[in-house]
Amino acid sequence: MMALDVMAKAATPIPLDVSFRVNPGELLALVGHSGSGKTTLLRTIAGLWRPDVARVRVNGTTWLDTDARVNLAPHRRRVGLVFQNYALFPHMTAMQNVMAAMDQPDRHEAARILDLVNMHGLAGRRPAQLSGGQQQRVAVARALARQPQALLLDEPFSAVDRETRTKLYSEIIALRAHLKMPVVLVTHDVNEAQLLADRMVVIEKGQVVHSGTTAQVMADAGALRALGIRDVAAMLPATIREQLADGLTELDAATGPLYLPMIDGPPGMRVQVRIMAHDVILSRARPEGLSAQNILAGHVAQIVPGAGPGVMVHVMVGPHEILARISRRAADQMALQPGDPVHAILKTMSVARDHIAPAQVTQQTAPRA
Amino acid sequence: MDWTALFLSLRLACWTVIILLPVSVLMGRFLAYHDFRGKGLVEALVMLPLVLPPTVFGFYLLVAFGRNSPLGDLWQNLFGHQLVFTFQGLVVASVIFNLPFAIQPAQRGFEAIAPEVREAAACCGMSPLRSLWNVELPLAWPGVLTAMVLTFAHTLGEFGIVLMVGGSIPGETKTIAIAIYDRVQGFDDRGAAVMSAVLVAISLFTISVTYWLSSRIGRRLS
Repeated sequence: MMALDVMAKAATPIPLDVSFRVNPGELLALVGHSGSGKTTLLRTIAGLWRPDVARVRVNGTTWLDTDARVNLAPHRRRVGLVFQNYALFPHMTAMQNVMAAMDQPDRHEAARILDLVNMHGLAGRRPAQLSGGQQQRVAVARALARQPQALLLDEPFSAVDRETRTKLYSEIIALRAHLKMPVVLVTHDVNEAQLLADRMVVIEKGQVVHSGTTAQVMADAGALRALGIRDVAAMLPATIREQLADGLTELDAATGPLYLPMIDGPPGMRVQVRIMAHDVILSRARPEGLSAQNILAGHVAQIVPGAGPGVMVHVMVGPHEILARISRRAADQMALQPGDPVHAILKTMSVARDHIAPAQVTQQTAPRA
Repeated sequence: MDWTALFLSLRLACWTVIILLPVSVLMGRFLAYHDFRGKGLVEALVMLPLVLPPTVFGFYLLVAFGRNSPLGDLWQNLFGHQLVFTFQGLVVASVIFNLPFAIQPAQRGFEAIAPEVREAAACCGMSPLRSLWNVELPLAWPGVLTAMVLTFAHTLGEFGIVLMVGGSIPGETKTIAIAIYDRVQGFDDRGAAVMSAVLVAISLFTISVTYWLSSRIGRRLS
């Protein structure tokens, strides 16, 4: 097993007390606000920072163990790190950047890795001649060229525009079929974590608030407080059926069709749609004469009261769970009880483009919390 | 035209550059990357020769190198002659006097490298030495080059400290700047003018070449 085990405790610069494990081929998202300590954890794994007490083990090899006084220098750890601003070597071409991370610089192998991240044809350009998205791809290629036993991504999508980001999400998802090592993604963007990660570790003020699959995290009240209630959403798998002439895409979801703004992809492609809890309306009867196009039949799984005037209603749509955040008042008026049939209503235009991504190749079906 | 003096000056400048090049890279890099208690004092000490009158500085060197000083005695025992009023003495004085010119621009050069780029080099598996050679020097070299050119040009033109530590021994310590002074003292205005012009030309040439090179590199990287 090539798992990555991390434990870190520190008093400064921020109080830190975290431990987690990432399995081979798994993508774990460390999610939290800036200053929560997530980047510090990544730097601990890479060897760029040493907490007071820490242990980092990869694939049975100890990289850092403060008790045993083991602390490998960063260049002795087989780690691929994609920096937030990419940190490419400005005096080298894309090809040279990738070769710089190889033990035995090999032009053909470097070209193959650049192909993997869709950078063919731009290998001779210097970072200054590349767009943000292209620089990110080179940074990923360089990290992979190191043949890392752990791949670390530090907010790798924060420096590109929204459209590029959507494209890069798809590319990372496709790339994951080739990755056998544990992958750690640091992000403050819950959307990103939900689209890309198998599991999430929510960190607040240097402590793990919650960890588990997306669905598990979204069902945890403490995690929701740390993430921000407005960021709560569920992932609904769907399959593209048809591109419509009016600019919408028709998809097949568990219990009916979904109409969403144009999604790039051929019919039959499986995608995940991130549905924000505060965008979902619930109705007992199937509504008619409504502008909202998407009406999914399901039943109430559970109702979780919040601290404020809202409740979180977990609705099973076929085998999948979506979340609806409605007011306690509405839930009382509807007299909602677990097991009740309901219709979840979603405006077509409420689903943002970057909230839809191709389904993971290694996608785990999230167990219910 | 006093060719002996000119070549002596060039020789002195070359030796100073050769000795200060590694000092420039290592000290400049160290001061650029590390924060420590007393860093301000170290930087101030490095800059001190820039603000002290050469006479004051030369006086202290004379005291430090001279007979009955530990350093002077050590040199006497090792090489059988004194350090003051010799070419070697001039080189030592010149090296110390040029520290601010050799270190400061190199330090700025290394400081300009983003810390993440250095960290990326380490994460790419580069040892500190390989990182220095493959990443840091290619990025910081305009700073190091500037440091060396300034050192070279400044050594050519140094007057006060040479006079204090070296005197004016032809072929040993009589540099071009001293020779010009001698000519003026001897009312040889024409000789002084020729030598001054040569010195101006050499200095201008070296500094222009540096500026041209670093602007070319700057364009390539941006």
